[in-house]
Amino acid sequence: MCAVRGLSKTYPAARGRRGAPGTPAVRATDDVRLDIRRGEIFGLLGPNGAGKSTLVRQLTGLMRPDSGSVEILGHDIVRYPERAARILAYLGQESTALDELTVSLAAETTGRLRGLSLKDARAERDDVLEELGLTALAARPLKKLSGGQRRLACFAAALVGRRPLLVLDEPTTGMDPVARRAVWAAVDRRRAERGATVLLVTHNVIEAETVLDRVAVLDQGRVIACDSPAGLKERVAGEVRVELVWREKAPMELSEVARLRERAVESGRRWSLRLAPDEARSAVAAVTGGPAFDFLDDFTLATPSLEDVYLALGGSRSGVKGLVKA
Amino acid sequence: MSVVSAEALRERPVEAVPEDAHDDGLAPRAKFLPSLGAVYRAQLSRARVARIPLLFVATFQSIGIMILMRGVVDQGGREAQAVVAGSAVLVVAFVALNLLAQYFGQLRAAGGLDHYATLPVPPASVVLGAAGAYASFTVPGTVVTAVVGCAMFDLPLTHLWVLAAVIPLAGAALSGLGAALGLLAPRPELATLLGQLGMSAALLLGVLPADRMPEFVQYARDLLPSTYGVEAFARTFGDHPDWATVLLDLGVCAGVGVASLAVATWAYRRAAVR
Repeated sequence: MCAVRGLSKTYPAARGRRGAPGTPAVRATDDVRLDIRRGEIFGLLGPNGAGKSTLVRQLTGLMRPDSGSVEILGHDIVRYPERAARILAYLGQESTALDELTVSLAAETTGRLRGLSLKDARAERDDVLEELGLTALAARPLKKLSGGQRRLACFAAALVGRRPLLVLDEPTTGMDPVARRAVWAAVDRRRAERGATVLLVTHNVIEAETVLDRVAVLDQGRVIACDSPAGLKERVAGEVRVELVWREKAPMELSEVARLRERAVESGRRWSLRLAPDEARSAVAAVTGGPAFDFLDDFTLATPSLEDVYLALGGSRSGVKGLVKA
Repeated sequence: MSVVSAEALRERPVEAVPEDAHDDGLAPRAKFLPSLGAVYRAQLSRARVARIPLLFVATFQSIGIMILMRGVVDQGGREAQAVVAGSAVLVVAFVALNLLAQYFGQLRAAGGLDHYATLPVPPASVVLGAAGAYASFTVPGTVVTAVVGCAMFDLPLTHLWVLAAVIPLAGAALSGLGAALGLLAPRPELATLLGQLGMSAALLLGVLPADRMPEFVQYARDLLPSTYGVEAFARTFGDHPDWATVLLDLGVCAGVGVASLAVATWAYRRAAVR
């Protein structure tokens, strides 16, 4: 369906202006290789600035890579970027182009610009708005809607005018659970009925675990892993995550606590540790059995998540906070 | 994950191949005229939602200028003709040049062009649709200004129909210029600034009678496309308008319109794929 080989893009260094420091050159995608199969929901996961959006812009023909190739349904997108628009539907992060239109006109116009006749565009518009529960909002301008509703309306526009490949850049940002369900149901239906393929950009790990067939984990422009969520979790299957929350601060004077600190990722009062099961058991015993318990507010033991996978794969530790969206 | 009920799947049988798929997997391109129409309609509706207050501002600004000039300029004379024609075309400059430059500047900066760039629509449809919508949006303001001006300066309404040619042609020239400025400006603030400057130029060089200006200003006036719309309109107030010159002026507007819209289309292509 979609084959990416050796895709690289470097943003040139920017010179500083009026005392502000310049920024060095950034390698936004670095020798990326991906194969997306027909009919799968494929995810790009990574923290902010990992290069997800840059990669997607190169796949959709919006940005020319410095080197490498992108082939979708056998078409060379680097050489003929305009063909991408005839193969895929893209939901970007911005809604500026549609903001001042009504939901209904946004969907209809997008369908018309995908080459549908007026009659077909209106029929598809009505179907999609009904499917996503937007019919009641059809006459409202996108600007007047809440963030989640606006996002759903943009998603509706992306669905009008069938495409075999949907490229969705964080489609459910700001949505309530009902809207999220509507999005995933619509995606699933298109896959089941038409064999549609979905490329999903997300930094929401929980979403990634539940909806994706396969996921590529990006870090600093490189694909550091690509597998099913279950397959990725197996890589850290031997480990357990221990979360410790201290009442005020950790009692560093206690040796058992000081030993744990070496392996902990700290964020304020919360420590997060990845340990082998027996290590985890003894760590919990140490902090719950001895004097450390008086300082402890809460603790949890959990099986590894994609976030742990990301850490285990060597993703930059400082980026972890950006990986999970609250 | 599957959230589709079994019934839903039974009702719509699984299709191995999408019905509208072509052999090479490419959906057809959107055709030029239908997509031009779709963009025009969407942009006009956008303008109606968001820009009506600005149309009032544009109209009141022009009427205010005419009120000011009434103290300086004699009624019914050549200068009065220039003031009324200049004020009417100023409404076109305000909306088509200034607001369109701002719109495209912001759209480009905020990534809104991605939406159009990932649709199989001809660039010319997007640019012409937006330019056309903004130009049509000036119609009520321009007509009101012209009628009020004629009443204030005691000018005949006989040939006011010429606005039917002046608005689209001056509109094409100015909106093409506005779109090109908005799409070429490296930053949105710069697009706004250029649009404002263009409108100020149309105001100063179009409304004030040319005879009293220094020579270099008159050259600058000749370079501004709105001047030709103003001149064409002003000439029709006379008892025996020189229609050949009116046509020539309108021809200049049309020429500038074609050229600037071509530049804007090129700028759109350039801005859409980076």
